[in-house]
Amino acid sequence: MKWIMVAIIVGSTVLADVLQSFEMKRHTVTVEDLRPGRVPGMLAGLARRVPLVVAVFFMAISFFAFMKLLSVADLSFAVPATAASVALETVLARLVLKEKVTALRWAGALSVALGVALLAV
Amino acid sequence: MARGQAVRVDLKTKLLTIFVVCTNVLGNFSMSWGMKHQNADLGWAPVAYIRLIFTPWVLLGTTLLILWLLSRMTLLGWADLSYVLPMTSIGYVLSAVLGKLFFGELVTWQRWLGTLFIVAGIVFVGLTSANTTKQEPAR
Repeated sequence: MKWIMVAIIVGSTVLADVLQSFEMKRHTVTVEDLRPGRVPGMLAGLARRVPLVVAVFFMAISFFAFMKLLSVADLSFAVPATAASVALETVLARLVLKEKVTALRWAGALSVALGVALLAV
Repeated sequence: MARGQAVRVDLKTKLLTIFVVCTNVLGNFSMSWGMKHQNADLGWAPVAYIRLIFTPWVLLGTTLLILWLLSRMTLLGWADLSYVLPMTSIGYVLSAVLGKLFFGELVTWQRWLGTLFIVAGIVFVGLTSANTTKQEPAR
Protein backbone atom coordinates (compact mmCIF):
# COMPACT_ATOMS: atom_id res chain seq x y z
CA MET A 1 0.00 0.00 0.00
CA LYS A 2 2.78 2.44 0.96
CA TRP A 3 4.62 2.09 -2.34
CA ILE A 4 1.43 2.27 -4.43
CA MET A 5 0.69 5.61 -2.78
CA VAL A 6 4.27 6.76 -3.41
CA ALA A 7 3.92 5.84 -7.12
CA ILE A 8 0.63 7.75 -7.43
CA ILE A 9 2.14 10.79 -5.69
CA VAL A 10 5.31 10.78 -7.81
CA GLY A 11 3.43 10.32 -11.12
CA SER A 12 0.88 13.04 -10.47
CA THR A 13 3.52 15.43 -9.05
CA VAL A 14 5.74 15.07 -12.13
CA LEU A 15 2.84 15.84 -14.49
CA ALA A 16 1.68 18.78 -12.35
CA ASP A 17 5.15 20.34 -12.06
CA VAL A 18 5.98 20.12 -15.76
CA LEU A 19 2.61 21.66 -16.68
CA GLN A 20 3.02 24.44 -14.10
CA SER A 21 6.56 25.26 -15.14
CA PHE A 22 5.60 25.33 -18.82
CA GLU A 23 2.59 27.61 -18.28
CA MET A 24 4.13 29.94 -15.66
CA LYS A 25 7.09 30.59 -17.97
CA ARG A 26 4.67 31.73 -20.69
CA HIS A 27 2.91 34.26 -18.42
CA THR A 28 5.14 35.14 -15.47
CA VAL A 29 3.60 36.52 -12.25
CA THR A 30 5.49 39.69 -11.27
CA VAL A 31 6.16 41.06 -7.78
CA GLU A 32 3.61 43.82 -8.52
CA ASP A 33 0.95 41.13 -9.12
CA LEU A 34 1.51 39.90 -5.53
CA ARG A 35 0.36 43.19 -3.97
CA PRO A 36 -2.87 42.69 -1.93
CA GLY A 37 -5.07 44.73 -4.30
CA ARG A 38 -3.96 42.75 -7.30
CA VAL A 39 -4.02 39.22 -5.86
CA PRO A 40 -7.74 38.46 -6.60
CA GLY A 41 -7.29 39.46 -10.24
CA MET A 42 -4.07 37.48 -10.48
CA LEU A 43 -5.77 34.37 -9.01
CA ALA A 44 -8.72 34.76 -11.40
CA GLY A 45 -6.25 34.97 -14.28
CA LEU A 46 -4.47 31.81 -13.12
CA ALA A 47 -7.81 29.96 -12.83
CA ARG A 48 -8.52 30.65 -16.52
CA ARG A 49 -5.33 28.98 -17.73
CA VAL A 50 -6.15 25.38 -18.72
CA PRO A 51 -2.66 23.87 -18.18
CA LEU A 52 -2.67 25.28 -14.62
CA VAL A 53 -6.15 23.90 -13.93
CA VAL A 54 -5.01 20.45 -15.14
CA ALA A 55 -1.86 20.81 -13.02
CA VAL A 56 -3.95 21.60 -9.93
CA PHE A 57 -6.10 18.52 -10.67
CA PHE A 58 -2.97 16.34 -10.62
CA MET A 59 -1.79 18.10 -7.46
CA ALA A 60 -5.13 17.32 -5.83
CA ILE A 61 -4.61 13.62 -6.65
CA SER A 62 -1.14 13.88 -5.16
CA PHE A 63 -2.51 15.68 -2.08
CA PHE A 64 -5.15 13.04 -1.26
CA ALA A 65 -2.70 10.21 -1.94
CA PHE A 66 -0.29 11.97 0.44
CA MET A 67 -2.99 12.11 3.11
CA LYS A 68 -3.54 8.38 2.69
CA LEU A 69 0.21 7.75 2.85
CA LEU A 70 0.52 9.75 6.08
CA SER A 71 -2.16 7.55 7.64
CA VAL A 72 -0.08 4.41 7.02
CA ALA A 73 3.54 5.68 7.15
CA ASP A 74 5.87 7.95 9.15
CA LEU A 75 6.30 11.58 8.07
CA SER A 76 10.06 10.97 7.89
CA PHE A 77 9.37 8.24 5.31
CA ALA A 78 6.47 9.82 3.43
CA VAL A 79 8.06 13.14 2.54
CA PRO A 80 11.47 11.88 1.35
CA ALA A 81 10.06 8.87 -0.52
CA THR A 82 7.90 11.12 -2.65
CA ALA A 83 10.99 13.14 -3.60
CA ALA A 84 11.87 10.43 -6.11
CA SER A 85 10.25 12.77 -8.61
CA VAL A 86 13.34 15.05 -8.54
CA ALA A 87 15.47 12.94 -10.93
CA LEU A 88 12.54 12.25 -13.27
CA GLU A 89 11.53 15.92 -13.40
CA THR A 90 15.11 17.05 -14.09
CA VAL A 91 15.17 14.79 -17.17
CA LEU A 92 11.82 16.21 -18.31
CA ALA A 93 13.01 19.77 -17.62
CA ARG A 94 15.86 19.15 -20.07
CA LEU A 95 13.81 17.29 -22.71
CA VAL A 96 10.42 19.01 -22.56
CA LEU A 97 11.07 22.46 -21.06
CA LYS A 98 14.44 22.86 -22.85
CA GLU A 99 16.20 24.06 -19.70
CA LYS A 100 19.99 24.20 -19.70
CA VAL A 101 20.87 21.46 -17.22
CA THR A 102 24.61 21.81 -16.61
CA ALA A 103 26.88 19.07 -15.23
CA LEU A 104 26.76 20.76 -11.81
CA ARG A 105 22.97 20.79 -11.86
CA TRP A 106 22.84 17.10 -12.91
CA ALA A 107 25.24 16.32 -10.05
CA GLY A 108 22.97 18.22 -7.67
CA ALA A 109 19.82 16.46 -8.86
CA LEU A 110 21.48 13.03 -8.67
CA SER A 111 22.83 13.81 -5.20
CA VAL A 112 19.34 14.77 -4.06
CA ALA A 113 17.86 11.60 -5.63
CA LEU A 114 20.50 9.45 -3.91
CA GLY A 115 19.82 11.21 -0.64
CA VAL A 116 16.13 10.53 -1.03
CA ALA A 117 16.81 6.85 -1.71
CA LEU A 118 18.85 6.66 1.50
CA LEU A 119 16.13 8.41 3.47
CA ALA A 120 13.64 5.80 2.29
CA VAL A 121 15.82 2.82 3.44
CA MET B 1 19.94 42.54 -17.95
CA ALA B 2 22.09 44.96 -15.89
CA ARG B 3 24.10 43.39 -13.06
CA GLY B 4 22.23 45.34 -10.35
CA GLN B 5 18.88 44.21 -11.74
CA ALA B 6 20.11 40.61 -11.99
CA VAL B 7 21.18 40.65 -8.33
CA ARG B 8 17.75 42.07 -7.33
CA VAL B 9 15.94 39.36 -9.28
CA ASP B 10 18.20 36.71 -7.77
CA LEU B 11 17.50 37.96 -4.22
CA LYS B 12 13.73 37.92 -4.81
CA THR B 13 13.96 34.40 -6.22
CA LYS B 14 15.90 33.24 -3.16
CA LEU B 15 13.47 34.93 -0.71
CA LEU B 16 10.52 33.34 -2.48
CA THR B 17 12.32 29.98 -2.37
CA ILE B 18 12.63 30.32 1.44
CA PHE B 19 8.89 31.17 1.69
CA VAL B 20 8.03 28.12 -0.47
CA VAL B 21 10.13 25.83 1.76
CA CYS B 22 8.64 27.21 5.02
CA THR B 23 5.01 26.89 3.91
CA ASN B 24 5.67 23.36 2.64
CA VAL B 25 7.44 22.10 5.77
CA LEU B 26 4.97 23.68 8.21
CA GLY B 27 2.02 22.59 6.06
CA ASN B 28 3.21 18.96 5.97
CA PHE B 29 3.93 19.06 9.71
CA SER B 30 0.45 20.40 10.54
CA MET B 31 -1.15 17.79 8.29
CA SER B 32 0.85 14.99 9.87
CA TRP B 33 0.08 16.26 13.40
CA GLY B 34 -3.62 16.33 12.56
CA MET B 35 -3.53 12.84 11.01
CA LYS B 36 -1.65 11.33 13.96
CA HIS B 37 -4.21 12.70 16.41
CA GLN B 38 -7.17 11.55 14.36
CA ASN B 39 -6.63 7.80 14.77
CA ALA B 40 -9.15 7.07 12.05
CA ASP B 41 -8.81 4.60 9.22
CA LEU B 42 -9.58 6.73 6.18
CA GLY B 43 -10.35 3.86 3.83
CA TRP B 44 -11.23 5.04 0.31
CA ALA B 45 -14.43 7.04 0.92
CA PRO B 46 -13.96 10.66 -0.26
CA VAL B 47 -16.31 11.97 2.47
CA ALA B 48 -13.86 10.84 5.18
CA TYR B 49 -11.09 12.88 3.54
CA ILE B 50 -13.29 15.97 3.12
CA ARG B 51 -14.38 15.74 6.79
CA LEU B 52 -10.77 15.38 7.87
CA ILE B 53 -9.76 18.55 6.00
CA PHE B 54 -12.00 20.60 8.32
CA THR B 55 -10.31 19.46 11.53
CA PRO B 56 -8.12 22.31 12.97
CA TRP B 57 -4.59 20.98 12.32
CA VAL B 58 -5.40 19.54 8.91
CA LEU B 59 -7.19 22.79 7.99
CA LEU B 60 -4.10 24.79 9.02
CA GLY B 61 -1.92 22.39 7.04
CA THR B 62 -4.21 22.65 4.01
CA THR B 63 -4.15 26.47 4.17
CA LEU B 64 -0.35 26.49 4.35
CA LEU B 65 -0.15 24.03 1.45
CA ILE B 66 -2.46 26.25 -0.66
CA LEU B 67 -0.06 29.16 0.05
CA TRP B 68 2.80 26.84 -0.88
CA LEU B 69 1.07 25.91 -4.16
CA LEU B 70 0.55 29.54 -5.21
CA SER B 71 4.02 30.73 -4.16
CA ARG B 72 5.65 27.76 -5.88
CA MET B 73 3.68 28.45 -9.07
CA THR B 74 5.05 32.00 -9.00
CA LEU B 75 8.56 30.70 -8.34
CA LEU B 76 8.32 28.34 -11.31
CA GLY B 77 7.72 31.39 -13.50
CA TRP B 78 10.88 33.02 -12.18
CA ALA B 79 13.27 30.06 -12.10
CA ASP B 80 13.92 26.74 -13.86
CA LEU B 81 12.07 23.61 -12.71
CA SER B 82 15.48 21.88 -12.53
CA TYR B 83 16.61 24.68 -10.15
CA VAL B 84 13.47 24.87 -7.99
CA LEU B 85 13.27 21.12 -7.30
CA PRO B 86 16.68 20.59 -5.67
CA MET B 87 16.69 24.00 -3.96
CA THR B 88 13.40 23.27 -2.21
CA SER B 89 14.57 19.76 -1.25
CA ILE B 90 15.82 21.13 2.07
CA GLY B 91 12.16 20.75 3.02
CA TYR B 92 12.62 16.97 3.06
CA VAL B 93 15.43 17.32 5.56
CA LEU B 94 13.48 19.74 7.77
CA SER B 95 10.47 17.38 7.70
CA ALA B 96 12.68 14.49 8.88
CA VAL B 97 14.02 16.70 11.71
CA LEU B 98 10.48 17.72 12.75
CA GLY B 99 9.40 14.06 12.57
CA LYS B 100 12.17 13.14 15.01
CA LEU B 101 11.64 16.11 17.35
CA PHE B 102 7.85 16.12 17.61
CA PHE B 103 6.75 12.57 16.73
CA GLY B 104 9.75 10.65 18.08
CA GLU B 105 10.12 8.99 14.67
CA LEU B 106 13.21 6.85 14.20
CA VAL B 107 15.82 8.64 12.08
CA THR B 108 18.52 6.08 11.29
CA TRP B 109 22.10 6.83 10.21
CA GLN B 110 21.06 6.03 6.62
CA ARG B 111 18.50 8.83 6.81
CA TRP B 112 21.09 11.28 8.16
CA LEU B 113 23.48 10.24 5.36
CA GLY B 114 20.64 10.81 2.89
CA THR B 115 20.17 14.24 4.43
CA LEU B 116 23.86 15.02 3.76
CA PHE B 117 23.47 14.01 0.09
CA ILE B 118 20.40 16.23 -0.25
CA VAL B 119 22.19 19.21 1.27
CA ALA B 120 25.20 18.61 -1.03
CA GLY B 121 22.83 18.49 -4.03
CA ILE B 122 21.25 21.78 -2.97
CA VAL B 123 24.69 23.40 -2.73
CA PHE B 124 25.61 22.15 -6.24
CA VAL B 125 22.40 23.46 -7.79
CA GLY B 126 22.63 26.70 -5.80
CA LEU B 127 25.87 27.44 -7.65
CA THR B 128 24.07 27.40 -11.03
CA SER B 129 21.97 30.13 -12.62
CA ALA B 130 18.33 30.10 -11.47
CA ASN B 131 16.91 30.76 -14.91
CA THR B 132 18.32 29.39 -18.16
CA THR B 133 15.28 29.93 -20.40
CA LYS B 134 14.29 33.17 -22.07
CA GLN B 135 11.50 35.01 -20.25
CA GLU B 136 10.53 38.31 -18.67
CA PRO B 137 12.43 38.87 -15.39
CA ALA B 138 10.53 39.02 -12.07
CA ARG B 139 10.19 42.77 -11.46
